[in-house]
Amino acid sequence: MQPLLKMQGINKSFAGVAALTSAELEIAPGEVHAVIGQNGAGKSTLIKILTGVYRKDSGDITFEEKSWNALSPREAQDNGIATIYQELSLVPLRSVTENVIMGYEPRTKLGLIDWKAAHKRTREILADFGIHIDVTQPLGSFSTAIQQLTAIARAVSLNSRLVIMDEPTSSLDDREVETLFGVVRGLKARGVSVIYISHFLDELFHICDRATIMRDGQTVAVREIAHTTKLGLIADMLGRDPEEIAAAGMTELGGGERERGEVLLEATNLHTDRMLRDVSVTVHKGEIVGLGGLLGSGRTEAARAIFAMDRLRGGSVKSATKGSAFSDPAEAIRAGIGFLTEDRKAEGIVPEMSVRENMTLALLPRLVKGGTIDRTKEEEIVNHFVKALGIKLAHIEQPIRELSGGNQQKVLLARWLALEPDLLILDEPTRGVDVGAKFEIQAIIQEYVEKGVGVLLISSEFEELVEGADRIVVLQDGKSVSELQNPGITEESLIGAIAQSHDTPTDGAAA
Amino acid sequence: MPGFDTKMLTKHGGLIALAVLLLINIAITPNFLQLQTLFVNISQVATIAIVAVGMTLVIATAGIDLSVGAVMAVAGALAPLIFLSEFAQAYPTLGLAASIVVPILVALLCGLFNGVLVAYLGVQPIIATLIFFISGRGIAQVLTNGNLQTFSHPGFSYLGTGKILGLPFQGWLVLVIAIVFFYIVNRTMFGRRILAVGGNEKAAKLTGTPVRRVKTGVYVISAGLSGIAGLIVVAINSASDAARIGNLMELDAIASAVVGGTLLMGGKAPIFGAVLGAVIIQLVKYTLLANGVADEVALIAKAGIIVLAVYVQQGRKE
Repeated sequence: MQPLLKMQGINKSFAGVAALTSAELEIAPGEVHAVIGQNGAGKSTLIKILTGVYRKDSGDITFEEKSWNALSPREAQDNGIATIYQELSLVPLRSVTENVIMGYEPRTKLGLIDWKAAHKRTREILADFGIHIDVTQPLGSFSTAIQQLTAIARAVSLNSRLVIMDEPTSSLDDREVETLFGVVRGLKARGVSVIYISHFLDELFHICDRATIMRDGQTVAVREIAHTTKLGLIADMLGRDPEEIAAAGMTELGGGERERGEVLLEATNLHTDRMLRDVSVTVHKGEIVGLGGLLGSGRTEAARAIFAMDRLRGGSVKSATKGSAFSDPAEAIRAGIGFLTEDRKAEGIVPEMSVRENMTLALLPRLVKGGTIDRTKEEEIVNHFVKALGIKLAHIEQPIRELSGGNQQKVLLARWLALEPDLLILDEPTRGVDVGAKFEIQAIIQEYVEKGVGVLLISSEFEELVEGADRIVVLQDGKSVSELQNPGITEESLIGAIAQSHDTPTDGAAA
Repeated sequence: MPGFDTKMLTKHGGLIALAVLLLINIAITPNFLQLQTLFVNISQVATIAIVAVGMTLVIATAGIDLSVGAVMAVAGALAPLIFLSEFAQAYPTLGLAASIVVPILVALLCGLFNGVLVAYLGVQPIIATLIFFISGRGIAQVLTNGNLQTFSHPGFSYLGTGKILGLPFQGWLVLVIAIVFFYIVNRTMFGRRILAVGGNEKAAKLTGTPVRRVKTGVYVISAGLSGIAGLIVVAINSASDAARIGNLMELDAIASAVVGGTLLMGGKAPIFGAVLGAVIIQLVKYTLLANGVADEVALIAKAGIIVLAVYVQQGRKE
């Protein structure tokens, strides 16, 4: 059978950095095809080229046996490729009918919208998916799942031949996921192809036929789902040998326990509305505890819960100074905890402020003397950290937005180091910084740990976790499932732990 | 550093505009270089400048305060009610003090109302302050039964007509207020936190900033300054008309802040810029009126200045 879609030798670079190198994707008619890979593997770039959001630098795309080069998402849609994004592009305040038929309304003889026909048609479309709702109600009054299904219904009603779903289940509960799967199977039965992008590997085994695995901008493998395992997929994603991973497994556990200091933080059975189900982690003085797991396993959410950014629904947080969870970040800071967030731009820097002002933001209460900020002391501290951390800048009064990513990150790290914290929560501390800055940042962290600071380290880079952490708590689906101990952790054993806990999620739940 | 250069340009832009306006006036406006002209302009600009300082702080947190004119009306309506009361006749000094302190306290409460709506209930600033924008003037008119209150009270009128070292009292008041808030913005933790909240609210929260208290604070300050401005307007006129006091002041104040270089998305609070903005807007108004151009045209000119200021801001962002 001729493939519905064939993308070959796709190249794309942004500002000289290659995002895709000779990437490939082939979708058969009526196939549910997963595209998976780590963050930055090039999945979304490839999809965006297909849907006309980006232009390819070179390469060939054939869709329905014709050469394809969508210049806009609208053009892709008109030609039979529909995309359902994570953030729904629907209008919640308008009725379900209006959302489904928007732009393609049936008309009466007078040229007005024929609402009777429109509602009828919408009901029919939704009934095909087993959804029976009052289509005259605002879309926003229904659950996320219904909204998502409406978006899919709309896509299919436009005679799409290919539907792209980007993380469609991330905001759905288990029952809603089942409904969605039913719809996907319905699409398949009609011969519509689906590209399914998801971080939840379990799902792929329920509904996908094949998976294209991407790594570093390249297509590294195409697997028949029926003939592979999760371990195999993870091995492909990470570029490891599955047998090696399986052999390494969790067998090297329990190697020499390092001397630990007193307990700084004890989080038990954390449960939040933001995907945490049961996470427990303890950090002692002078150790680095890693949080390992794939994207979506709840690493960042665990950090946010500890730092009182998200409200706890269950579980407890105990620190050296407080026996119960913090009520807000200010309290966590007073208890000697710093939190370097993953998203430097959205949650870290105050772009219009100077390096000096950015660095001392958390420190302000300690710089105040008689209601006024002690500028001499402030500048002393800032100059000290600029020198100690090797921050490259023109002047400490320079707006932070003018600094490079690595230097911004150092300023934000200094923001917390200046507090002389007992515990640092570092979420992807070296993401998006160049290699030189990365080593420097790691060295700084190491230096403070040797001084007795405890660190809770979150990193997507296994290398960083394996080499940096004394212990690694492995998370999966919002639960802490196992714990590895250094020395003895290898990248393979970590990957094995992540993969194995995927296979047997009930095993070894952390006490 | 292109950002730096344009920043300098914007800064000088305001001063250059002021210089140009002064030169034009010296050339064409009759009797411009007279003390009387200076006094008129100072007394008229003072209220705008005082309110603009508060508005600048609110905008610095990425908010907006539409209720300033209405708060002026409430404060301005209350003051004569107090100093004309029997109590004040019996105890003149106490009465005068109360007629200044009480309206300002009431104004602060109005600000607290705005602040709680915005910071604790999560109402969008433009809507939250619209509530008092509409109801405040109504309250002021209900207080006075819609009557124009005229009075002769030399003590109170000092706020609007008094002079220190030959210059109008309210001119000095603007200077003091501007210096105080410049100091607050640039030297205190509260000021730093205002800029942090406006510059990146998430980052501010993560660094332990009490975002809600900071936001509430700026609305309280804005209302308090509006209250003072309301008293000055009443003192200048020796009359209180609840329907007129502070009418359209919110627009003048926002315009002054924007012309002064305040970023509408928050994170900047150029206090003296706002005062300069108020002076420029006042001078444009005066230039046109003194040369016989109709009031309506002056409004259009004001709009033109705002467009220009926003344009310069946009350029700076790039």
